[in-house]
Amino acid sequence: MSGSDVIYQTEALIAEDIEAYLDLHQHKSMLRFITCGSVDDGKSTLIGRLLYDSKMIFEDQLAALETDSRKVGTQGQEIDFALLVDGLAAEREQGITIDVAYRFFSTEKRKFIVADCPGHEQYTRNMVTGASTADLAVILIDARKGVLTQTRRHSYLCHLIGIRHIVLAVNKMDLIAYDQARYDAIVADYSAFAASIGITRFTAMPISGFKGDNITAPSENTPWYTGPTLMGHLETVDVNTAAEAAGPFRMPVQWVNRPNLDFRGFSGLIANGTVKPGDAVRVLPSGKTSTVTRIVTLDGDLEEAVAGQSVTLCLADEIDCSRGDVLSAADAPPQVADQFEASLVWMADEPLVPGRAYWLKLASQTVSATVSPPKCTINVNTMERLAAKTLDLNAIGLAEITTDRAIVFEPYAESRTLGGFILIDKISNATVAAGMLNFSLRRAQNVHWQALDVTREAHARLKGQGPAVLWFTGLSGSGKSTIANMVEKRLHALGKHTFLLDGDNVRHGLNKDLGFTEADRIENIRRVGEVARLMTDAGLIVLTAFISPFRAERQMVRALLPAGEFYEIFVDTPLEEAERRDVKGLYKKARAGTLKNFTGIDSPYEAPENPEIRVDTMRETPEEAAERIVALITGEWMPVI
Amino acid sequence: MSDPVAKSTLTHIQRLEAEAIHIMREVVAEATNPVMLYSVGKDSAVMLHLARKAFYPSPPPFPLLHVDTTWKFKAMYELRERMARESGMELLVYQNPEAAERGINPFDHGSLHTDMWKTEGLKQALDKYGFDAAFGGARRDEEKSRAKERIFSFRTASHGWDPKNQRPELWNIYNARKNKGESIRVFPISNWTELDIWQYIRLNDVPIVPLYFAARRPTFEWEGGLFMADDLPRLEKVLGYRPEITERSIRFRTLGCFPLTGAVESEATTLDEVIQETLLTTTSERQGRVIDKDAGGAGMEVKKQQGYF
Repeated sequence: MSGSDVIYQTEALIAEDIEAYLDLHQHKSMLRFITCGSVDDGKSTLIGRLLYDSKMIFEDQLAALETDSRKVGTQGQEIDFALLVDGLAAEREQGITIDVAYRFFSTEKRKFIVADCPGHEQYTRNMVTGASTADLAVILIDARKGVLTQTRRHSYLCHLIGIRHIVLAVNKMDLIAYDQARYDAIVADYSAFAASIGITRFTAMPISGFKGDNITAPSENTPWYTGPTLMGHLETVDVNTAAEAAGPFRMPVQWVNRPNLDFRGFSGLIANGTVKPGDAVRVLPSGKTSTVTRIVTLDGDLEEAVAGQSVTLCLADEIDCSRGDVLSAADAPPQVADQFEASLVWMADEPLVPGRAYWLKLASQTVSATVSPPKCTINVNTMERLAAKTLDLNAIGLAEITTDRAIVFEPYAESRTLGGFILIDKISNATVAAGMLNFSLRRAQNVHWQALDVTREAHARLKGQGPAVLWFTGLSGSGKSTIANMVEKRLHALGKHTFLLDGDNVRHGLNKDLGFTEADRIENIRRVGEVARLMTDAGLIVLTAFISPFRAERQMVRALLPAGEFYEIFVDTPLEEAERRDVKGLYKKARAGTLKNFTGIDSPYEAPENPEIRVDTMRETPEEAAERIVALITGEWMPVI
Repeated sequence: MSDPVAKSTLTHIQRLEAEAIHIMREVVAEATNPVMLYSVGKDSAVMLHLARKAFYPSPPPFPLLHVDTTWKFKAMYELRERMARESGMELLVYQNPEAAERGINPFDHGSLHTDMWKTEGLKQALDKYGFDAAFGGARRDEEKSRAKERIFSFRTASHGWDPKNQRPELWNIYNARKNKGESIRVFPISNWTELDIWQYIRLNDVPIVPLYFAARRPTFEWEGGLFMADDLPRLEKVLGYRPEITERSIRFRTLGCFPLTGAVESEATTLDEVIQETLLTTTSERQGRVIDKDAGGAGMEVKKQQGYF
């Protein structure tokens, strides 16, 4: 194969004609790939071998490697290539790979970025992370063991994340005496499995990372094998940037470039297609159209730009366009929707809470989104679909996602950029899930807002007041209902139009189908929030008295309302005091274990960080508190109509 | 060639450039107070050039921050001033006042020099200006623990890095959200190798410090290494003797503080010759620096947990 020759000629060319060498290397393409398999399959050894054979290891590193190999190596007196690759101290001690590590090497034809991913099931999220940027996956099999559960898991994950090029590297051939029959049996076995999960094509090869068989040169030990070497295959496989460039033009706008009044450019990375001055483009989601006038770069204007380039575009018309919008070919725009079916990979220790609002980031769009209870999870070892109420760390499932406003998207199978997203916890800011949009749900396209002639302002004006929600939160028995009741009586006496939504009362009717699990509590608050919003649309001052223990849900209700109409009132009573009062006898039951998920006992209460009003019930009587709240609401805080 | 490069297929350099620009724009769109750490080395030079490309025709909408040790080469200070002028960016220079007061220097204080001037200096500077995102020019190919660091690397309010608790980073979607006091270090050239850096400099005529090219310079030997006498009076004062100076044709593979950065004898005076020498050489880049060798193989990982960039 050409692979090995090319590598070893390199040094001569560098020495003889550096200019020719550099000109050649400036035109290399790039391939990103991952290696999957567990430690025992010799994954790190294989990568070490690729680095070594492509001369990416310097003499001092090699010297350190030889010392380390003798000290902590697992290969006796021989060089342990795995030590080159396993980076973090914890991993070196434990002898396992726990995170994704990126390695680089290049040959005359290509630059390679390898993501070295951990193999164990508890590192599924790390593998998905490494796979998300890969064009190709090398799935390693130990020739002595054949297709294992983990082989199936890795193959499934690679397929899920949309990697189209799969290499089945049957490793450690040296340990089975290069037995062709055994190799053929493994390939046949894998082939049957691959077809069952939708992998239609893969390239199999017999190798030994340790001995170097079929890595850069065809091995004399496998004369029966006539396919490419691993390096030869990596160098020539189609990286498929042409396919990206061939689709209709799409560029998510990252940033509006506005150095002065005479220049307005839209900056972004082209996800798909090509663009030229004179092209008609459409801004999504608004749907407005214009024409590209310039493609601006520091090195001068371009005549054309293609998928994969970061550019700044100027348009002929002064149309609204900002970060989060997508510029697209005018006659082939992507879809816009707010409800989807998505595949999710859960990446956080804290499980998915259905109904809770998370940030969803897709390309440059960030919106608030909720996830329905999963339709199913997928057992990554058996590919079975199982019923589930939530998603735990490393779980993969299918669920419906609803965003609080319509987003521009394409199915993940058509565009990684416009179909792949992450979910972010609103409180901890952690990335909790990776997701892939499969399709939008019909009903989102068929439900439209009805424009109403009598507006919320008109309703409020007639009542001579500004609408507001007074949201009382606090532990059971803290005094929320008592104080809210007093506040309403006083407001009513002042001629204000009010309505009190009480936790217990609502659960007798509107929410009688809900229990007290975390998911049900969130749905309880969501419904109350929506009802409160409708009532403010009608011009009312709404008081609510709910434990509402989670910050995220109180935040969700706040976000439903116009700024300045939501007042969070924290009725702050210490747990010991609330428990001592125990007006309804509930704490006693919870302590006895007959009442589950009771806030403060076996379910958390997340106190407000910046409530508009805090009532310290140890220092203030309910009457005093009510007086103070009414004074604030009717005085300085009364919203102006 | 058997693998003809189609017109629509970008080269690896074009892909790396587009990726770095995309990263920088994400930070500017999502962070409230970003800054670019500028060490005046060749990686910094490339990073600055990428920033100018990312925001053109606007100047990059953030300042440059040089965490200075007062022990940099004179030629580095000169290029720093010139690049700030040419890019139209604000240049902030920070020197840890405590290190200055205690007269911390690389000869008497060894690794304390790096710790006080650079690690502590960086933390102080970030706190002083309240930066919530800082671009750094680290590359994953430089050192083993960097191979695992994210492009958006999250830091606690006390600047700590927890390698076991990094945010997953998928596709090219970066989560830049953080709580008050927390910050993010961003490495736009994570996926570049040393050769990529050189090729980019060559393709784009990126200005770099002349010390990367060989010239006859005053040198002295110290603790088994070859060093350049950039500021002889100051050297003499710190060493307590006048080192023996020899003129040699030398250049530097990496630039840090002049007493910590070893020179190599070389005749490579042009960029192509420098690249040629780099490619044919058989010692890895960071070997000229002392920092990696502390604590066995885990030197950099420990330094980073403490807040070193």
